[in-house]
Amino acid sequence: MSKPKFVYVTYIRTTPEKLWAALTDPQTIRKYWFGITAESDWKPGSSWSLKFEDGRTADSGEILESVPQKRLVIRWQNQFKPELKAIGYTRCTMEIEMADYYPDFGGKSVKLTITHESETDQGGPMIDAVSNGWPKILSNLKSLLETGDVAFQR
Amino acid sequence: MVDVSKFKPKTVYVTYIASTPERVWQALTDPSFSTKYFFGFAVDVQPKIGGTFKLLYPDGRIHAIGEVADWSPPARFSCTWLIEGMGEFGELPECLVTYEIESCGDAVRLTMTESHSWNVPEAILKGGQSGWPAVLSNLKSVLEIGKPMVLAQMGPPPGMVEAVKKAIAEKPWLH
Repeated sequence: MSKPKFVYVTYIRTTPEKLWAALTDPQTIRKYWFGITAESDWKPGSSWSLKFEDGRTADSGEILESVPQKRLVIRWQNQFKPELKAIGYTRCTMEIEMADYYPDFGGKSVKLTITHESETDQGGPMIDAVSNGWPKILSNLKSLLETGDVAFQR
Repeated sequence: MVDVSKFKPKTVYVTYIASTPERVWQALTDPSFSTKYFFGFAVDVQPKIGGTFKLLYPDGRIHAIGEVADWSPPARFSCTWLIEGMGEFGELPECLVTYEIESCGDAVRLTMTESHSWNVPEAILKGGQSGWPAVLSNLKSVLEIGKPMVLAQMGPPPGMVEAVKKAIAEKPWLH
């Protein structure tokens, strides 16, 4: 059996610098992630966590790779749902590339690819959960960067 | 009538758009709107079940042609696609493309599902998997920013043309 995996691609009218900042700045994350924010110094080997507004930990793990404006890999475990926590670790890779599909943007558009995969073949329920969440979060991130406001609140 | 039961979902893309179901419906079905976000393609659809669906290049040639399987404004639009404008791609079996539009708080959830009637190789699914995110990201931008844009044509991803040739030679859908 193969390891469950979710892939989502979105194109955003922004720059790699602005997108990287939006992916790593706690105050910006809170805006498009429905109040959840991240804590990390984003260096390889550092701890990483997602926190609810009331301070509880939603997910935690560590930064495996961090190449500013290009690539971020997070080892990721759910902490607030026992049945998902029991599944163990997943791995989330965020890749930023220039998108040349938008010639009239003069290089001002980027392609963001999120690949979230289980480290074992048992991760199906966790990958199902993130498959539901990522399109909402990334749709909001795209709206925030392009219009200054998110598409919707939960 | 399209026999939708023979098609199985293979690729799903979901995006949330700050808009209304009616505006998203218009974006998906109005030719002057689709040219703004869909590689310049104009949607030309007879608005009824059993009607003809066409996706036209800017010069009027047909890129894709099919039959409307569901026409339920502003909630559900489904039609078959035969890629007629790319040579041998037209020998592949038609696929089914379904758009579902739902209200979600202040926004709209748009779900695109590409379904196939045969065991399509990954290399062929890659075509839609690389194209749909570009098209639907662009649709969201046009609706939210209101600014028309021009998308350059995307060629088939690496390995897709070879996989299409192999499939046409072997015709696995006949077995």
